[in-house]
Amino acid sequence: MRSEADPFTLRPARVHEAEGRGRRAFALFQAARHAGPLIWILPAHIPEVPMLRGLPQGVGERLHLLRPSGEADLLWCIEEALQAVPVGLVIAEPEKPLSFFAGRRQQLAAETGRTTGLMLIQTGAGSNSAETRWQCQPLAAPTKASADSTLHRWNTNKNKSGTIRDWTVNWDGTSPAFHMVSKARERYEPAQPSR
Amino acid sequence: MALADARAICQDLATRPADLAREAAALVALCRWAGRYAPMVARDGADGLMADISGVPHLFGGEAALREDLQSRLERAGLAVSSAIAGTRGAAHALARHGGGIVPDGRLAEGIGHLPISALRLDHDTVSGLARMGLSRIADLIPLPRAPLARRFSQSLVMRLDQALGQYAEPVAAAANAPHFGVRMTLPEPIGLQSDVMAALERLLARLCDKLAQHQMGARRVRLELHRVDQGAAQVEIGLARPMNDAARIAALFVKGVDKIEAGFGIDALRLTAPVIEPLAPEQISAHHRVQPEHALADLLSSLGNRIGFDRVLRLLPAESLIPERSHRIAPAAYSAAEPMPAQTGPQRPITLFPPEAVTGPSGNPPARFRWRRMHFTTLRATGPERITPEWWFDDPAWRDGLRDYWRVETEQGPRLWLFSTPQTVQGSPKWYVQGEFA
Repeated sequence: MRSEADPFTLRPARVHEAEGRGRRAFALFQAARHAGPLIWILPAHIPEVPMLRGLPQGVGERLHLLRPSGEADLLWCIEEALQAVPVGLVIAEPEKPLSFFAGRRQQLAAETGRTTGLMLIQTGAGSNSAETRWQCQPLAAPTKASADSTLHRWNTNKNKSGTIRDWTVNWDGTSPAFHMVSKARERYEPAQPSR
Repeated sequence: MALADARAICQDLATRPADLAREAAALVALCRWAGRYAPMVARDGADGLMADISGVPHLFGGEAALREDLQSRLERAGLAVSSAIAGTRGAAHALARHGGGIVPDGRLAEGIGHLPISALRLDHDTVSGLARMGLSRIADLIPLPRAPLARRFSQSLVMRLDQALGQYAEPVAAAANAPHFGVRMTLPEPIGLQSDVMAALERLLARLCDKLAQHQMGARRVRLELHRVDQGAAQVEIGLARPMNDAARIAALFVKGVDKIEAGFGIDALRLTAPVIEPLAPEQISAHHRVQPEHALADLLSSLGNRIGFDRVLRLLPAESLIPERSHRIAPAAYSAAEPMPAQTGPQRPITLFPPEAVTGPSGNPPARFRWRRMHFTTLRATGPERITPEWWFDDPAWRDGLRDYWRVETEQGPRLWLFSTPQTVQGSPKWYVQGEFA
């Protein structure tokens, strides 16, 4: 059971999904929190590459970039990397919606290799077999007082072993440390059931 | 003669730079071929071979017949050579470079007496010193007392003379052949099953890996050639992310390639070679037989590289440049080691970088409103400018517009973008581009 203090720990040996504009930032946030080699699978035609000098501390030297040229090679790379034992986190950017078959294969591969996976999917192109699906958006800091904060809105819209929640986080993109931003409002929904 | 003089004399002179590496390789090949005349053949300088033919000439019908056979074979191959047979290494060396011939047994002094002193492998100073004393041929040197000669010139003069005359032993020191990392297997009956091919491959790999381990080498590429009974051939080649001589782990990488081979009527011969090898120091074998994490990662990179290509398995390495595109290098992971990132100083950098994309409808400096990728953005806050000047010592077409002013623009819509403008553009208003996105 994940602790209330740190809700962003991905369940190990499962494949998760992230969508939205801030999905790459979320992936790097997770990369900084996972030990061991990191594998980022990026189709060869995608122009955006990670910039080494902008990555969180300790991520750049552990990061391996795979640039497969086709969808079949991409899926093969994901499975192969998930099956490997020493890898800490596998980040992949599939272009097309994953079929249930492919998603299930990835979950089995992740269980074999005890590796966590994170698919950066197009919005709405998720697979049913994903453990959690995160919706990630960068958020503008509205007031002058919060001008130096880097806000992110991360919410789960699918969770196989928990409830759906949303968080506003201040993470500056340099270290694994982050701050929760509390929202001042009156509660209008009933309190969450105890878990 | 200098090349300019030669050109002045013969205007159509065709010249080509000497390729010393290929010449040396040709000499090594010739050295292997010369093994048909003697068990011990060594290279002698950059342009000669020395063979110890003791006990061999009678097989060819005598020394003269042997030398004739050698000369005619090389002539047929298109090589102009000069050869000599003598009782000592020094005498043969001297005679081969001054006309060639045969010195009969026990008549060394007469045989090489007429040759100039420079034939004795002496340095230039000694030769000119002797010439000043009126000693120009080897025969002049032989009757002189040794002690004053050694004192006046050097011990090496006397040693070279003694070596040529057989009073000082000098063996033909043939270098050991370079190890060949290839093994083969011929089968009495053709095989066709994948499991049979893998079993044969495992036997070959065990032999190859033993040989590699013996020479403290590891293979970077391994090639398997299969010969079919109908004279056809198939080939499987794999690459390895680090030098390796572990048979079981190499065999695992062959499974996919062997699966695709067309066996036809059967395979009756296999050949396994390691075309690319690298030194590999012996390693401590742990008691628990656990695969070390870096080895497991190298195995993963090998299998990935063999499927998608080693140029697509990459690593980011820091580089010394302020230009964003050149501030890191993207290098193949199999041929580079991870480098620690130097401490980040200066302004923040984006997490993703892409080729500059022009924005449309920018207003103001920095733009308060703009369109990019068919989305409207309103600037909430802009940090900058950070001025980056092009590296004039590289001619980069992307930086022909001169210096760039980079801004970190926080938009009301959320995304934090890395915009730049080129204030040095001549025509029209300055254009704005997006080149990266921050966390």
